Amino acid sequence: MGNADLANLSDKLMLTTVVLYIVALYAYAADLGFGRRRAAVQERSKVLAGAGGPDVEEAAEDHEPSADAPRRVDWARLAVLVSVLGWAAHLGVIVTRGLAADRWPWGNMYEFLTAIAFAAVTAFVIVMWRFGARFLGAFVMLAAVIALGVANIWLYDSVGPVTAALNSYWIALHVTAAIVATGAFTVSGVATILYLVKIRTEARAAAGGGALAHLPSAQALDTLAMRVTTFAFPIWTAAIIMGAVWADEAWGRYWGWDPKEIWSFITWVIYAAYLHARATAGWKGRKAAILCLIAFAALLFNFFGVNYIFQGMHSYA
Amino acid sequence: MSDITDFETDADTGSEAVAERRPPPEAPRPSGLGPLGWLRWAWRQLTTMRTALILLFLVALGSVPGSILPQRGQAPEKVALYFKEHEDLAPVLDRLSLFDVFAAPWFAAIYLLLFVSLAGCVIPRAGVHYRSMRARPPAAPRNLSRLPQSATFETDASPDEVLATARAVLKGRRFRVDVADGSAASEKGYLGETGNLLFHLALLGLLFALGVGNLLGYRGNIVLTEGRSFANSLNQYDEFTPGRLFGADDLDPFAITLDDFKATYELKGDKRGQATHFSADVRYRATPGAAEKRHDLRINHPLKLGGAKIYLLGHGYAPVFTVRDAKGDIAYRDAVPFLPMENRNLTSEGVIKAPDARPDQLAFYGILWPTAVASEDGKQIVSGFPAPVRPVVTISSFKGDIGLDSGTPQSVYKLEGIGKTLQPVKGGSKLLEPGETLTLPDGAGSITFEGLKEWTSLSVNDDPGRIPALIAAILAVAGVATSFMVRRRRVWVRAGAGEAGRTVVEVGGLTLGNPTTEFDDIVTALRDEHPATQNKE
Repeated sequence: MGNADLANLSDKLMLTTVVLYIVALYAYAADLGFGRRRAAVQERSKVLAGAGGPDVEEAAEDHEPSADAPRRVDWARLAVLVSVLGWAAHLGVIVTRGLAADRWPWGNMYEFLTAIAFAAVTAFVIVMWRFGARFLGAFVMLAAVIALGVANIWLYDSVGPVTAALNSYWIALHVTAAIVATGAFTVSGVATILYLVKIRTEARAAAGGGALAHLPSAQALDTLAMRVTTFAFPIWTAAIIMGAVWADEAWGRYWGWDPKEIWSFITWVIYAAYLHARATAGWKGRKAAILCLIAFAALLFNFFGVNYIFQGMHSYA
Repeated sequence: MSDITDFETDADTGSEAVAERRPPPEAPRPSGLGPLGWLRWAWRQLTTMRTALILLFLVALGSVPGSILPQRGQAPEKVALYFKEHEDLAPVLDRLSLFDVFAAPWFAAIYLLLFVSLAGCVIPRAGVHYRSMRARPPAAPRNLSRLPQSATFETDASPDEVLATARAVLKGRRFRVDVADGSAASEKGYLGETGNLLFHLALLGLLFALGVGNLLGYRGNIVLTEGRSFANSLNQYDEFTPGRLFGADDLDPFAITLDDFKATYELKGDKRGQATHFSADVRYRATPGAAEKRHDLRINHPLKLGGAKIYLLGHGYAPVFTVRDAKGDIAYRDAVPFLPMENRNLTSEGVIKAPDARPDQLAFYGILWPTAVASEDGKQIVSGFPAPVRPVVTISSFKGDIGLDSGTPQSVYKLEGIGKTLQPVKGGSKLLEPGETLTLPDGAGSITFEGLKEWTSLSVNDDPGRIPALIAAILAVAGVATSFMVRRRRVWVRAGAGEAGRTVVEVGGLTLGNPTTEFDDIVTALRDEHPATQNKE
């Protein structure tokens, strides 16, 4: 297969990915809205009564509708299946793109955002598998669809070589770490938003209803956000440090207060504040969650704002 | 411990410290405590978590203007432009050091306070941690069933047998165990706190390394044209920024000659003209007496000489000109670095100054198109490709006094006094291809475009803090990862006589953060050793 064919295949797979993610988004939303609600609600109150531990999701298999009930669509299974297929297509997008360009497939903003969306979906699949956090599906799919939409509509760039400065093995280390951390921070951001929504409704009334009833308790959401951030923070730290090492090789200084460096630093500082706030009496809960969202906003600004508003050494767009 | 718990930075969700960690905000208003009391109060406030959080947030907030406004350290020319465009606002911003945010006194105040707060928290904690690693694990609480994890069972084995098993099981899991008074106390996971402390101490080290580098190092830029040499001394630099404690004899005595510079560009497709590779063929001597060596200097691959590193930063064209004056004497012959006006196809501009021309000094302004093509409307010349496929220079001539003798320094990229001391020469403009000559009217002289060379801009940078900073950074990552992965865990086992000669075994566990399954495994191991009797729980 020639490079042009591979590039073409990559673009086709991108379309497939987006379509699958949109289908998965609806399926997850349907699952939240009317998938096995009653049974789940009863069981969840049991599971989460004591722990606040990992079991944030009801054990799905125990609550198959009884055989005599009319057969309904199993939204949850459909959603998981379609999103995993989408994930595989997404992986294909990145691999074929890399093969077509014969380099690491994150050399421009289109590829970078595509990879971040992939990392976010991967992080979601992992927390779904490890901690049963299927409820995040609709929201993560939404974020992924938006990210891929932005990438394709505004950032699309054809396959080609990278600029000379990016031609280094550090791109495999520094940018990969940034992508993984950003993907995980996205999941923690989604969980935090849900947490804030949930504590509002929990405060208003204990009465469940609508899609929110299908979310786990606020405490479980908070714990999940914290866990994912705890995973992402050291990786983000490492990404910044590897960036500094690369900057030292390429630009002759390891830290020069370039706009990208400044905003990576700001993001790092606010996430550090969040992690400390989580452990400090009087800052736990809502205040800490807001810090987490401010940090996530700084992360997003670092991606979009810094590249398109400021002139700096990271302006590859 | 109570003094220290105010400063906890750990995710300590154990119930023991929550109440104490809150700083006493109302209580110790130090009236009549004297200066020492005030100091103690201020220190306690500074080292609280709340203060540290606020300071962290201020650091983040304070960095923001550094990305919005141009900074002197990064782009002094943009600062000058900003002053021109915002005449009223700029001086006010400047008074607030907003064009030097990261060297500003107020920014230094924030991060120094933060680091004092950090040190005031971490160093005492390091002492406490060291002692607790050597001390016996804390004795069992009276009521083990109130702990987050607990279990009870009865067995026929004697209390001593149970405790001996407990000791073996816990030791096997690498707990530190202390058996006394009918109970076993054990603790493990000290590495978590060690990592946490390491992370914070490494940050202090990182700041220190940054400071050392800024004080002792230097950075300089030079433009080097093909065929030229550069010896590392102050007067050779186009731009030089020394650290405060830098002395001129700290310069490593190396010399570099640029033989050839090559840029490779993408030839086809919609990325046509994008540079894919730069390579500068240089010769260097590390010291004046040393043997000369060759090196291929590339982006991302600096040359290390002594403590300094030499980087390839940029490149451009340096057309070679010969200028003859009215008498026909050669007044100037050299390569003149032109600066790119745009980075896509490297249309460049520059000036040629011939102060030796007689009777009038001659000066020229030139624009170079590396690959001259007609613009789409056919009215203008543009550059169609960054490599010199068909180089063309347009020349405008001036004569009069260049102003070099007045003593005020001039930029080599600009003409000064046009229309005053320097007058445009009528009919003194022409397009030149390599080898062509423009002869000025009235026998005023001539200029010949001989050919094209390339220049590179090199950056020389010596930063003694580089390696210490890297080590500190690696330790910080290792520390923070360890502190997140390892949690301190405590397990207590109490065995006492129950009814009918049986032994009642109580097990309690306390884990920082989320409980793990380790506790259940321990209880299972104990039960398997001493099978429970019928009325097990």
